[in-house]
Amino acid sequence: MIMIILFVFLCHAVTFCQIEFVKVPMQKKRPIHLALYQIKLPLPGVVSILHRASGLLLFLTLPLLLLMLENSLHSAQTYASLVALFKHPLARLSMLGLLWALLLHLCAGLRYLAIDMHLLNNLKQARESSKAVLMASFLLMLLIGVRLW
Amino acid sequence: MVSRVVVGAHYGLRDWLIQRVTAGVMALGCLSLAIYLALHPGLDYQGWRALFSGDAVRTFALLFMLCLYYHAWIGVRDIAMDYIKPVWLRLLIHVFVILTLIVYAIWSVQILWGY
Repeated sequence: MIMIILFVFLCHAVTFCQIEFVKVPMQKKRPIHLALYQIKLPLPGVVSILHRASGLLLFLTLPLLLLMLENSLHSAQTYASLVALFKHPLARLSMLGLLWALLLHLCAGLRYLAIDMHLLNNLKQARESSKAVLMASFLLMLLIGVRLW
Repeated sequence: MVSRVVVGAHYGLRDWLIQRVTAGVMALGCLSLAIYLALHPGLDYQGWRALFSGDAVRTFALLFMLCLYYHAWIGVRDIAMDYIKPVWLRLLIHVFVILTLIVYAIWSVQILWGY
């Protein structure tokens, strides 16, 4: 019994002490490798940051989207002016970009749901699913874009 | 003694779950709208307005938008937590985002029922 208590006590002591033991020399000797031209973000990391960026972009354009919905419903005149606005190629191009952000966010989100359900368990699947997310969002954007154009 | 800084997180499962539930509602909404638009090519103003005049569509559209705002809040909060280090600035952003999203929610009701 005493042995067990002693053992548990020792384990805790080691765990706590390790923080002190390890931290001090590691902060001195840890190699710093910040050659930014050599460090490459892996594909899942690219999808991750694009998921964030697209989400933020969609949040920032929310007032614009709400204004468009309001104009599309308010009256026949506002609807017509909205249609006229989208005759402009620049307006269409920016909407296409926003559509891509939405589709990318959607596809990447579905990938995270798959990860939550332990469907993607190894590095190979993580990389391939990231590639699939990028390709699927781009192809869907092309498909919807061609239909709308 | 635990000294917690105001970060906005709840340190739990709740936000994680809400993020996924709201995402599911929005995915369903996007899919149904896409299917409706695919089945009704050449939709004009009358058709578009008729679609949004039913109470069921209006209610689901509002549910979609409220899910969107809650989802956006959690996402923007996480981004602010990761990149904005000064607590006062982060708090300011949080308050601004919350108030903006509440205004969006009120605006959404006005859009859907106000014409």
